[in-house]
Amino acid sequence: MIEAKNLTKKYGDKTAVDDLTFTVQPGIVTGFLGPNGAGKSTTMRMILGLDAPTRGSVTVGGVPYLKHTKPLQVVGALLEARAVHTSRSAYHHLLALAATHGIAKGRVLDVIDMVGLQEVAHKRAGGFSLGMGQRLGIASALLADPETLILDEPVNGLDPEGIRWIRDLLKSLAADGHTVFVSSHLMSEMALTAEHVIVVGRGRLIADMRMSELIAHASSSVVLVRTPQASELAVALAGTDITVSRTASESLEVMGMTASEIGDCARDLNISLHALTSKQASLEEAFMEMTRDDVEFHAKTQADHTLRRAS
Amino acid sequence: MSTLTTERLTSFEGEVAVNVEPVTQARVLRSEWIKMCSLRSTALTMAAAVVTMVGAGWIIGGVTNAYWSTLRPEELLTFSAIDRTLVGYNFAQLAVGVLGVLLVTGEYATGMIRATFATVPKRLPVLWAKASLYGCVTFVLMLAAALTAFLGGQQFLGVHGTNLAATGALQAIVGVAGYLALIGVFSVALGFIIRSTAGGIATVFGLLFVLPGVGLLLPSSWQLHLLPYLPSNAGTSLISMHPAEGSLSVTNGVLVLFVWVAVALVAAAVLVKRRDT
Repeated sequence: MIEAKNLTKKYGDKTAVDDLTFTVQPGIVTGFLGPNGAGKSTTMRMILGLDAPTRGSVTVGGVPYLKHTKPLQVVGALLEARAVHTSRSAYHHLLALAATHGIAKGRVLDVIDMVGLQEVAHKRAGGFSLGMGQRLGIASALLADPETLILDEPVNGLDPEGIRWIRDLLKSLAADGHTVFVSSHLMSEMALTAEHVIVVGRGRLIADMRMSELIAHASSSVVLVRTPQASELAVALAGTDITVSRTASESLEVMGMTASEIGDCARDLNISLHALTSKQASLEEAFMEMTRDDVEFHAKTQADHTLRRAS
Repeated sequence: MSTLTTERLTSFEGEVAVNVEPVTQARVLRSEWIKMCSLRSTALTMAAAVVTMVGAGWIIGGVTNAYWSTLRPEELLTFSAIDRTLVGYNFAQLAVGVLGVLLVTGEYATGMIRATFATVPKRLPVLWAKASLYGCVTFVLMLAAALTAFLGGQQFLGVHGTNLAATGALQAIVGVAGYLALIGVFSVALGFIIRSTAGGIATVFGLLFVLPGVGLLLPSSWQLHLLPYLPSNAGTSLISMHPAEGSLSVTNGVLVLFVWVAVALVAAAVLVKRRDT
């Protein structure tokens, strides 16, 4: 279990992590979602004691990471930047890490097997592909069979089969009772892996909810209506839980009602409809919607403008 | 390499618990030993230090013997068969300093340091392990190299040579190994302080080779108060049979070197503990 309380990190006058309070529960995969630069990696480094918080605190299993006598058994971590000396072989890298905790050579060979690196274990890690590097990182995270796993963008650079392998591995570890905390900037990937999700943008907490809630929230659909009597219909439809916005003189966007409900309502009022289309918001769109104002670097594209207008 | 089946995953789940011991200084030492031995640059740089040490001693011994009649009177006055054959330590210290820095900055450059500090979050055991291991390895290797340079060098010096029983011979040989070991520890500490390879090597080079030269431009009354305390000049006082005027005594030379190393280690410890990685 990971508990962060008012966790804050400032670099000069830039706030990378802003007053984050959250709990990561054991037994499920928790996704840590946010655009690039949202403070995910900084938060993970603070959990591991690599960066000191400016304010607030974070504990693993109720105790700050630094206070554990067998840290590798408490948290296994895969950090974003490949934390491996490029001139050393994968085998010796793992052997050196294992030695600090008196872990036997046999276990090193086991984890190499587990991630499928046996053929390249004695080659320089610097020559590894991105995917092989990720597997080595996962091998080192699993070395001491830790209670908690913290993985920063683990599917980066993996082929589809590798992605599925990670997904299955994370789920099975969580099912075994481990705490699994995985960061990603890909909503679609998280939707398949995580049961719970913590969303951050510009260092601030945006959402902390079950994945199913987020999906329900995301799939609230929008109905586009075109009618010459737009204002009349808008007044008639408006109500609690229903949002009507006028996008052009003859167009409305309605949230909170289905297309058939709107159609029936229009017929009762004798309003003629020229178009009635329901549009399902994708999960990805919901995520972009949520973090739109919190993205650090914006690419001004046509799609971006379109999205803005649609909102 | 990517044939991974769910079968493997199942075998992972069914595995017996892994035996994990607490992190201790001894285990960190073992880990650092594995790290040091598994980098090719360690062996290459150490070999370079040994080769220059031994090669310089033998070649200079041979050349001196061959051109003995051309030596000027003032050279003959300060000639020491011991100094001649140990002169290679001047080159060896560069290799020792560079490798000391590299053992640390290599981890910062590649990001390995994050894995290291996530595994040993108290951090200081890593500093102590790296510094002491490298100091010991350098001492042992350089003692052997200095002895080989000396013994072979005396053969090449022929009639002008001496032997181990000569006054100061053993002290100079142990002095070379001790000085280089301390330079090694010092450069490990510098690596932790500076963190970048280029900056670290430049600093070692500047302290050992540039500052003594620059110091000669100072007013001579200052020189006497400053120059003997530079690490390289303090080192000379425990090695050379004919040290420069104003050099420290052997005891003071050792003390001054220890102060340099201690200050660097304390600064490194404070920074390692405090800085983000």
